Amino acid sequence: MTRDISQRSVALIDVLDRLLEGGVVLTGDLTLAIADVDLVRISLRALICPVEADREDATDTGRRP
Amino acid sequence: MTAPRYVYAIGRAFDPTDLAGLVGVDGAEVHRIAHRDLAAVVSAAPSDEAALRARLERLDELAVVAEAHHTVVAAVAAGAVVVPFRLATIYRDEHRVREVLRQRYDEFATLLERLAGTAEIGVKLYVDDRSPALATPSTSGRSYLQQLSQRHRRRDEKWQHAAAAVERVNTALGECALDRSRHRPQPAQLSGAAGHNVLNAAYLVLTGRVTEFTELARQLALAEPTLRIEVTGPWAPYSFTEPGDRS
Repeated sequence: MTRDISQRSVALIDVLDRLLEGGVVLTGDLTLAIADVDLVRISLRALICPVEADREDATDTGRRP
Repeated sequence: MTAPRYVYAIGRAFDPTDLAGLVGVDGAEVHRIAHRDLAAVVSAAPSDEAALRARLERLDELAVVAEAHHTVVAAVAAGAVVVPFRLATIYRDEHRVREVLRQRYDEFATLLERLAGTAEIGVKLYVDDRSPALATPSTSGRSYLQQLSQRHRRRDEKWQHAAAAVERVNTALGECALDRSRHRPQPAQLSGAAGHNVLNAAYLVLTGRVTEFTELARQLALAEPTLRIEVTGPWAPYSFTEPGDRS
């Protein structure tokens, strides 16, 4: 069972959840402006949404028009 | 001469040969920087800060860097207890990394102790968010409105049931975990998953109980017809790196 799930290819979004919201946060010497996860998600969305324009009514909050 | 270092994780001093052949961001060779019984897992960092920042704003480049970071952390975590770092933590040189290890020694030692022998399991719960179709073609405006209002009521009830089901699963899993943490629900546009993500959680589980925990999660979800489950991991404990006793 464990082998089964670890063998699955890891989805980028699950990796990003952890790498952008988890992990030790220390201010390194080069401070990259990626702490603002929303910004990243917005730019991801901007990249992905045009491909799925037919789904644009399904917003993040789950509310529908 | 400065040689910036990208930090992936900090662990108990592990066998340096465990890192042999491991490459990180931009194919840079991974090595360790030790201080007492702690070691930082690092590689040479891209030296152009602006260029790296620009790259991280592009999905394809972000994916490459995140994948490299994740691969290094997963490789080290397979053989040692580690505290993973957030994406793109960079220090000016090795000396600065060693300084951080020295300054935060107690904090890291406590975290490593807490995380020893554990793994993180991701659990995502989804509710089918499609509206039920109208039962029969409506013959009049009035019956159409009646059907519509009935449909809204059914949908509200469905969401209430789903919310209660999510709580039941989350509570039961929480009782079998050492700790839990919630990520934001994933927008369907990004995940491509079917249904509405109502829980995106991570649980800290004893390594020896990962299989048992995964099976429990599946069983709990099977008992809830409104929910679909997705289990991921085991992960290095990315979601449990907050020092427990500090605000």
